[in-house]
Amino acid sequence: MLSNKSNIIDQLQKAILPLQGVKSLSSANRLDIGFRPIELAFPNNSFPTGAMHEFISEASESAAATNAFVAALLSRIINKSGICLWVSSSRTLFPAAMEAFGITPHRLIFIDVKKDTEALWAMEEALKCERLAAVVGEIRNINLTASRKLQLAVEKSKVTGFILRHHPPNLNPVAAVSRWKINSLPSKPEDGLPGVGFTRWNVELLKVRNGKPGSWQIEWAGNQFQQVIPADVIEMPLQLVRQTG
Amino acid sequence: MSKRYVTIWFPQLLTNWMVRHQPLLKNIPFAFSAPVHGRMIITTANTIAASAGIFPGMAVADAKAILPALQVSDDKPGQVIKLIMSFGEWCIRYTPITAIDPPDGLILDASGCTHLWGSEQHYLIDIIKHLNHFGYQVKLGMADTIGTAWAVTHFGQNNSIISSGNESAALLELPPEALRLEPLITEKLHRLGLKTISSFISMPRSALRRRFGKSLLLRLDQALGFEMEHIEPIHPLEIWQEKLVCFDPIRTAPGIEIALKQLLEKICHRLQKEEKGLRTATLKCHRVDGRIEQIAIGTNRASYNAGHLFKLFELKINTIAPDLGIELFVLEAAKVEDISALQETLWGEANVIEDLKIAELLDRISGRFGANSIHRFLPDEHYWPERSLKQASTLTEEPTTQWRNDQRRPIQLLSKPEPVEVTAPVPDYPPMSFRYKGKLHNIKKADGPERIEREWWLDSGLPRDYYCVEDEEGHRYWLFRAGHYDDEKLPAWFIHGFFA
Repeated sequence: MLSNKSNIIDQLQKAILPLQGVKSLSSANRLDIGFRPIELAFPNNSFPTGAMHEFISEASESAAATNAFVAALLSRIINKSGICLWVSSSRTLFPAAMEAFGITPHRLIFIDVKKDTEALWAMEEALKCERLAAVVGEIRNINLTASRKLQLAVEKSKVTGFILRHHPPNLNPVAAVSRWKINSLPSKPEDGLPGVGFTRWNVELLKVRNGKPGSWQIEWAGNQFQQVIPADVIEMPLQLVRQTG
Repeated sequence: MSKRYVTIWFPQLLTNWMVRHQPLLKNIPFAFSAPVHGRMIITTANTIAASAGIFPGMAVADAKAILPALQVSDDKPGQVIKLIMSFGEWCIRYTPITAIDPPDGLILDASGCTHLWGSEQHYLIDIIKHLNHFGYQVKLGMADTIGTAWAVTHFGQNNSIISSGNESAALLELPPEALRLEPLITEKLHRLGLKTISSFISMPRSALRRRFGKSLLLRLDQALGFEMEHIEPIHPLEIWQEKLVCFDPIRTAPGIEIALKQLLEKICHRLQKEEKGLRTATLKCHRVDGRIEQIAIGTNRASYNAGHLFKLFELKINTIAPDLGIELFVLEAAKVEDISALQETLWGEANVIEDLKIAELLDRISGRFGANSIHRFLPDEHYWPERSLKQASTLTEEPTTQWRNDQRRPIQLLSKPEPVEVTAPVPDYPPMSFRYKGKLHNIKKADGPERIEREWWLDSGLPRDYYCVEDEEGHRYWLFRAGHYDDEKLPAWFIHGFFA
């Protein structure tokens, strides 16, 4: 009976999604980001490309973690096709470190401008160019109208856009399919060895349109995401999430 | 097929030119002068002055004494060459291969061209008629070799045509100067009484070489066709320029846009036909009041896409101040490059049209923010972090070395390392805590040191010992100590970046 009910709810949800403008993707052009639990949080159980994603960071440390997490996501998008633009008005990103997150740094083209408004213009122009795989914009202050323009551009061109808002003056809503917050976590060296271990993040998906927000602890281990199951916190095992999701 | 050459000599090039521009001088004796060793010397005189006894090389003061009515103007250096060059370009209507024969002659390779005018006779007549019409006196000669044609032009009958095989017969009666020899040799020949070519043409070659050197034999052989002579043809400069004249002065932005679109379409059509693309272009707007307003664009790659170029100009149209109106638009492409289809792939995998789209996007961005807003980085062979990258100069430049991945590098690098207060055990243990921007970070885990030495051939200073440290909140930093510990002074510590 219970399973019957959830089946019906599932079907209803699937019927609602196309009405809301979310198209179901064929398995061929579905993007595998290499971390199933995050994909399951999105409608149609797949990470939406051709959409805007918003990342919030407060401190410099979390900005670094956000940059790296976005770089790791980008590496998955770029691998399928092409070139990425990184628009910023205050860039501190060190391209040589991108290699560690699976991106060949010379595939990135950096646009360094002076003001947020200029960055918005450049980003909108870039998002209209179908040839690019993704566009990342470090834009601190963006209003709903400006983000709507970006959203319209990506809907047409199918380019994936990322807005990185470092230390935003206010958390106004923007037109994006998701809002993320990435923070670094203490690493765990392998088998008690000294030194610093693999990069670990606490990934929070704060908002997701038609999906389920969530939070994960992820380790970037040798070019792939790996879920961290903290020893002291008992959470729902990964397998269970996959079955019910 | 034998070659046919025409040489044209302008005996009065400069004076004819002067008369053409100032017709009043036609019946007045005048001359050109130039300073030589502090004295003004006549360089050219017109026929009226020459008949009064004024010849080149005479001092202007002497000439004025002979003929007080003489008008003297300055002989601008390079004027003659400029004139003869323009005649050379003009003569391309008669043959594709023309060359200049400094200072006042032209050489035309007329092989296979004369029948288009009916005959060689008509060919020469047509040239003479046109040049005379411009007001220039000319003498022409035609022969199988440049040497003979030159000789008959300068020393022979007026406008003679030497048929094939008659070169030596034509040369016999001419003076040795007709062979284009150095003055020293001709002087020697004259002193020996060899006043015509016939007097020495049959002498033994070895005797001629011994007495007069190799150049006499070379010139003789060239005139007779035993030796090839090469000429350097003139290539006219292709001007990538389009003009649009407006009957009514244009004052509005839409008007300027329409004019610009027309000009771009014309120039792009030409460029496309010749498989070229423009890299820089300037639109000059000539205003009614005589001022010129101009806007310029540049592209990252050669382009003949009118729509794209228009978008680049469009960003700048509002900087044009039309004032009372614009009556003439001139579009100039200053830098034009070949478009080669082979080079049109970016990073090897994309197809041509889509790559163009990226280049066009970057053009728009650099058109708005300047070209130095676009960066692409390649690895450079330096360990010093600030120097481990270099800027790519083109969109397609590939790295010459591998990106290094063996050492951990921070995702964010501070452009300038910032000093931090550190508690660290001596001599080279990682720090236990550090204070950055007023906040104390207790270090739980650390990697290091990684020593990076300065490249002494580039700069001097202290080496750096880098540590990757993690505080109790899980934030990771890149710290370094500048230099070693010594007795007098504690080394300074800096933060240089943030790890993810």
